[in-house]
Amino acid sequence: MIFIKSIYNEVIKIALKPRSYLGLAAITVLVGVILFALKSDGMSIISFVTSSFEQTLSFEGNVLNGNLVAFIILQMLIVQIPLLVALVTGDLVSGEAAMGTIRMLLTQPISRTQLLLSKFIAGGIYTLMVIVWLGFMSVIMGKLLFGAGDLMVLNSDGLVIIQEADVNWRYLGGFLVAFLALFTVSSLSICLSCFTDNSIGPIVTTMAIILLFTIIGTLDVHVFDSIRPFLLTTHMASWRSFFEDPLPIQEIKNSILILCIHNVVLIGISVYVFNKKDITA
Amino acid sequence: MPERIIEIQSLTKKFGHFEAVKNVSFHVNQGDVFGFLGPNGAGKSTTIRCMLSLIKPDSGSIKIFGKSIFTHRNEILSKTGSIIEKPDFYKYLSAYKNLEIFSRLSSQSVSKEEIYKMLDFVGLGGRERDKFSSFSHGMKQRLGIAQTLLHNPDLIVLDEPTTGLDPQGIIDIRNLILRLKNEQGKTVILSSHNLAEIEIICNRMVIINKGVSVVEGQVSELMNQEDLVVRLELSNKTAAKALITDQYPGIKITDINESCIEIPLEKSKISALNKALVHAGVGVFSIESKRKLEDYFIKMVSA
Repeated sequence: MIFIKSIYNEVIKIALKPRSYLGLAAITVLVGVILFALKSDGMSIISFVTSSFEQTLSFEGNVLNGNLVAFIILQMLIVQIPLLVALVTGDLVSGEAAMGTIRMLLTQPISRTQLLLSKFIAGGIYTLMVIVWLGFMSVIMGKLLFGAGDLMVLNSDGLVIIQEADVNWRYLGGFLVAFLALFTVSSLSICLSCFTDNSIGPIVTTMAIILLFTIIGTLDVHVFDSIRPFLLTTHMASWRSFFEDPLPIQEIKNSILILCIHNVVLIGISVYVFNKKDITA
Repeated sequence: MPERIIEIQSLTKKFGHFEAVKNVSFHVNQGDVFGFLGPNGAGKSTTIRCMLSLIKPDSGSIKIFGKSIFTHRNEILSKTGSIIEKPDFYKYLSAYKNLEIFSRLSSQSVSKEEIYKMLDFVGLGGRERDKFSSFSHGMKQRLGIAQTLLHNPDLIVLDEPTTGLDPQGIIDIRNLILRLKNEQGKTVILSSHNLAEIEIICNRMVIINKGVSVVEGQVSELMNQEDLVVRLELSNKTAAKALITDQYPGIKITDINESCIEIPLEKSKISALNKALVHAGVGVFSIESKRKLEDYFIKMVSA
């Protein structure tokens, strides 16, 4: 019972912290700008992409529809979202230490493990809210402004056309995998937060790690070949797999498994460190 | 024999090479207002943090309510209220919301009305909806006291509770502690630099210095081991000093002003000295005796 109350407390704290709304506001502004840009001059961008196929294919109907707009938005923003998540979750433990409230919390009759796990769950709920808001702003607003239609996706294998009726479940799957990837970012930032009493350090370090992993992931150097499949950032883009035909199920399963392992390891390290930690702040 | 609420044995804690607490032992009885004294960096905070499981000691045992804090942490903390160093709350939340957050984690369910009542009790009635960040230091202390008492704990640990309070606030807290002891039989541990406060409120105390417990016992007994400081206001200071030196060779006489001196003297000898001075023709305008915890404290920590 006290665990449930603690989760509720953590969610309330996030909900009442002004910083928590920065991420949602940022998504609103960024998506708004992209929607405005596509509404104003979207067709010329689409023509630029489709021009190479126009000799072999003819495009009919509403190519620049809500499904494509949502896909473009996700592709553009999914790199920035981890920062917005870490901004809140990286502060969950170290922020309490910096404020001094960690002393007050840890003199209450709740175990350290329960307290920390409630922070992970609250971080997960916040991450889910960010993803849901991103989904609303991209898919729902996209469809409202641009209408529905078949989704045309250009990937490394060529052009994939996904029927309109086949799109929604793919978005749902894509968002679930994106949520898992962002939850891993949240776990990473909370884990780093357990090592320090500094509020900003874990946020900056999380972003530095993601940046480093992204560079390692994109550098075509053989020495990184063995570690690349296990990097968090490699699987952050796995939501895109839902928009391939045929669906690479094994690849998706593999990403989910690796992200889950990341989470278990990060939560395990956090619980160990937090339980051993002397509260001197 | 009173029940021992806290029993600390051979507590030791190192931070790297620095030994913050060395083999500290003391006990606190049921209903005690226990003074925890020591200069800055003496190890008081580390000891209190070990007691509340914020810091894990390297060795030693801590029993509270007869149970080890290492194995019965939640049970012990459910009956304990504390302020460590200073009360820190969420700056972006109101006083009410802060208390609500902490009350959810306590062992007892605390109603909305009880939170309002407690805020009123500590003098924050009418400021419930104000954000913690807008509070003065004294108001923060009061909110800390409210949080400490909200779940009606049996043991209360207060680390410098009167710091930053105005004189009325200090008197209020002092009276509150005495009421908690006398009317509700609570056990209170009071860590303070304010020696006069300890002297007035506490019945037992321990002095810690450089990580070691220097002395522990009843405040009155410890103080009685020491001579009183007697201040005499006299018509003829020179004659009086000669007489006193003659009667008590080696006595330390401190000049206060043209007519006043201070000497350390046993209570039983004051009357005889007064008679001797009058007999020698020295007018005695006033005799004021006091026993100073401050002097005792300085003697103990510099020993």
